Amino acid sequence: MADVNWIQNIPFFSIFLAMFCAILSALVRSGRTAQTIHMLMAWMTAILSAVLLGHLVQTGESFSFQMGHFPAPWGNELRAGPLEALMALVFSVVMLLTSTGGQEFVFQDVVPEKQRFYYVMLHALFGAMLALVYTNDIFTAYVFIEILTIASCALILAKGTAQAMVGTTHYLVISLLGSGTILLGISILYSITGHLLFPQLKEAVVQLAAQGQYSFVLLVAAGLLFLGLAIKSALFPFHSMLPGAYQAAIPTASGILSGLVLKSYIVLSIKWIYSVFSIEVMLQIKIMDILFVFGLLGMVMGSLYAMRENRMKRMLAYSSVAQIGYIYMGIGMGSRIGMVAACFHILAHAVTKSMLFLCCGQMVKDSGGKEQIFYLRGIAHKNPLAGIGFTVGALSMIGIPMLVGFISKLYFATASVYAPGKMAAVMIVLGISMVLNAMYFLPSVIAIWTPVRTTEGRQERSWSTPAFGVCMLLFIGLQIALGVCYQPFIRVIEMGIGLLQ
Amino acid sequence: MTNQNKTIWQKWKAWVNGEEALLHPDAYIAKRAERKKRSKKKTFNMRRMKENPQVYHFLCVSVCAAFIGILLAVVAELPSFGAAENPTNNEVMERYLEKGMEETGAINFVTGMILDYRAFDTFGEANVLFLAVIGVWMLLQRDRKNFSAEQERECEEDAAIETAESKTILQIGAKYLTPMILLYGVYVICNGHLSPGGGFSGGAIIGGGLILYAAAYGQEKVGAFLTKRRFLTMIAGSLLTYFACKSYSFFTGANHVGYAIPKGTPGEILSAGWILPLNICVGLVVACTMYGFYALFTKGEL
Repeated sequence: MADVNWIQNIPFFSIFLAMFCAILSALVRSGRTAQTIHMLMAWMTAILSAVLLGHLVQTGESFSFQMGHFPAPWGNELRAGPLEALMALVFSVVMLLTSTGGQEFVFQDVVPEKQRFYYVMLHALFGAMLALVYTNDIFTAYVFIEILTIASCALILAKGTAQAMVGTTHYLVISLLGSGTILLGISILYSITGHLLFPQLKEAVVQLAAQGQYSFVLLVAAGLLFLGLAIKSALFPFHSMLPGAYQAAIPTASGILSGLVLKSYIVLSIKWIYSVFSIEVMLQIKIMDILFVFGLLGMVMGSLYAMRENRMKRMLAYSSVAQIGYIYMGIGMGSRIGMVAACFHILAHAVTKSMLFLCCGQMVKDSGGKEQIFYLRGIAHKNPLAGIGFTVGALSMIGIPMLVGFISKLYFATASVYAPGKMAAVMIVLGISMVLNAMYFLPSVIAIWTPVRTTEGRQERSWSTPAFGVCMLLFIGLQIALGVCYQPFIRVIEMGIGLLQ
Repeated sequence: MTNQNKTIWQKWKAWVNGEEALLHPDAYIAKRAERKKRSKKKTFNMRRMKENPQVYHFLCVSVCAAFIGILLAVVAELPSFGAAENPTNNEVMERYLEKGMEETGAINFVTGMILDYRAFDTFGEANVLFLAVIGVWMLLQRDRKNFSAEQERECEEDAAIETAESKTILQIGAKYLTPMILLYGVYVICNGHLSPGGGFSGGAIIGGGLILYAAAYGQEKVGAFLTKRRFLTMIAGSLLTYFACKSYSFFTGANHVGYAIPKGTPGEILSAGWILPLNICVGLVVACTMYGFYALFTKGEL
C-alpha cells in the first residue's frame, strides 16, 4: 500500500462517496438523518477537492486515472486537472451551503415519508455532476447525464403540487430531447472513429478533419452533441422549461438546478471542445460561431423576458437564461481568454444564483406564500438577512464592482478585444444586457426595501433558522471574496484550460 | 385608478412596485385584449403562432423533415454495416474478442465487457434503474398531498370489484408458470458469464414473473413477502454489494496493489471473478425495478 498515490484517487473517491450516500439514504428512516449524511458528504468532498486542487496547482500538471485493471482505450478513465478540481470544489461548496441553508424548505414542503428519497436524488445529482466534471469517456458522460436528468426531474416533483407536476413534465420532455440528441451524436461519432475515450477520440477526429474524410458526418455528430448540451443547459431558444420548473420546485432545488446542474453540462461542453474535437476543428466547422450568436441572443432575450415577469422566481429563472447566454458567448469567442471568462462566470453564477433562489424562497415564505413582487414589498424589513442576501446577489448580477459578477463582465469585455470581428457585437450586447439586468433587478430590490405603512404599526420580525443565517453570511462573504481576490481563481482556470488542450 | 389617467411617474412607480398586473386584473386583461387587437396586423409573435395551428404544424413538420433529411444523409455516408475495414474494427475490438476470455474469465464477451472492462458505466446504469424506481415512488406513492379520502374510497371499491371477479384461467396459469419463469430468470442470471443473458435480461424475466403473479393473485400476495422495507433493502443492498466489489477492483486496478480476484476455469459456473456476484446484483435491481414500476403504476402502493 506504500506506493499508492492517494491524491490521484480523489476524483474516484468523491464520485463514489456521493453515489454511496445516495444508496445509503434510501435506507435511513428520516429526512434529518439524510440531511446530516449530505452535509458530511459535501464537507468531505469539498476538503478532498481542495487538497486535489492545491496539489495540482503546485505541480502544474493533470493526470488521468484508470478505473479498473484495463488501460485507456479498453477501460474507463477519469481525468483531473486544475480546472476540474476547481469546479468540483466550487460545486461542493455551493451544494453544501445551498442544501444546508435551505433544509427547512425541504422539511416543510416534502411529505415526511418521501424526504429521504429527496436526499437520494440530491446525492445522486451531486455524484453525477462530479462524474461529468471528471470523466474522460464520452459514454460515461452519457450515463451520468441520464442520472442527472432523472435526479433533477425528481427534485422538481418532490413538492408534490399540481404545478410541480406540470413543471416536471415540461422539464422532462425537453431534457429527454437533449439526451436523445447527445446519444445520437455519440453513436455517429463512435461509428466513424471507433473510440469512446477523449484522448483517442481527439486523435481520430483531428486525423479525419485533416484528411477531409467523413466531413459531413463529423459536422452532424458535433452539431448533435453540442445541440444536446445546449438544450440541457437551457441556451436561449431551449429555455422554455426553466421558469415553470423553478417556480414550482422547492427553493433549495431551484437554486441547485439553476446554479449547478446547468453548469455541469457547460463544463462538459468545454471539455468536449478542448479534448474531443480540439479548438481548431471546432472553429473550422463553425460551431463556435453558432454558440456565440445564440449566446448573444440569450443575453438580451433572457433579460427581456425577465422584465415582463412579476413573479420573483420566474424572473430569476429568466435571469438564468441570460447568464447562460453570457457563458456561451464567452465560449463562442473561441479564444483562450474568452474561455477563461466563461469559466469564471460559471463560478460567479453558481455562487450568486443559488443564493438568490434561497433568499427569494425565504422572502416568499415570510410573505405567506405570495410570489408576486408586489406582495413582497417591505419584506426585507421583516427578514433583513434574506433582504441583504437578495440585494447583494442582485447587485452582483448587475455587475457592481467588489462583487463577483463585475469581474466576469470585466473579463468578457477584455476577452472581446482578442476576438477578431466579434468585439463590437460583444461590447454592444454586454452593455445592453447589463442595463436590462439593472432594469429588472433594481425594481425588485427597491420593492423589497420599500417600507409598507400598515395600520397595526411596525411589522414583526421573522428570524430564519440559524442554518439559513450562517449559510447566507457565508454566501455573501464568498461573493465579496471572489469579487476582490479573483486573481488566483483566474490563474487556476488559465492553467486548467492550458492543460486541457 | 385606471391605467389611462396615470401620469408617467405613476406608471413607473406602479411598475416598480409590481402592481400593474395585480391590483386591477380586470383593467389589465381589458388592456391586454385591446393591445392584442391593435397589434394583429403589425407584429408577429410566438403566442399568435401557437394559436394558429396551421403555421405551427407546418413549422413542426418542416423542422422534423429537415432533421430526418440530415440524418438520412448521414446514414448514407456512414461506413457500411459490418464491413471489415470499418473504423470500429480497431485494436479495442480486437482485444475484447481475442483476450476477453483470458482477462475476464467470461465466455460471454458482452458480459465480460459490461461488467469488467467498462464496469463503471454499468454501475451508472444500475443506478439509473434505482433512481428511476425511486423517482416513480416519489411521484406515485399515495400520500396526503396526492391522495384524497374520496379517491381512497374509489380505490377500495375497485379492489372489491376486482376480488369478486373470477380469474380462474389466469390464476391456474400463473400458479404453474410463475415458478418456471422465476427459475428461468435465475438460470439466465447465473449463467450470464457462460451463455447469452446476464443480469439485465434475467432480472427482466424475474420481474415479469412477479408481475404475472401479482396480476393473477393480487398485489397483496406479492406484498406479503416483498414489503416496502424489504424492497428497499434488497435494491439498495444489491447496489451496495456492486459498489463494494467494484470499489475494490477499481482501487486495486488503478493503483496496482492488492490481490486479484481468481478468475477460475472459463466455462465453470464459479468462475470469472466478480462477474457472477455482479450479475446477481444487477439482476435483483432490475427485477425490483420492473415489479416496482408495475405496482406503483397500478395501485400507487408496493
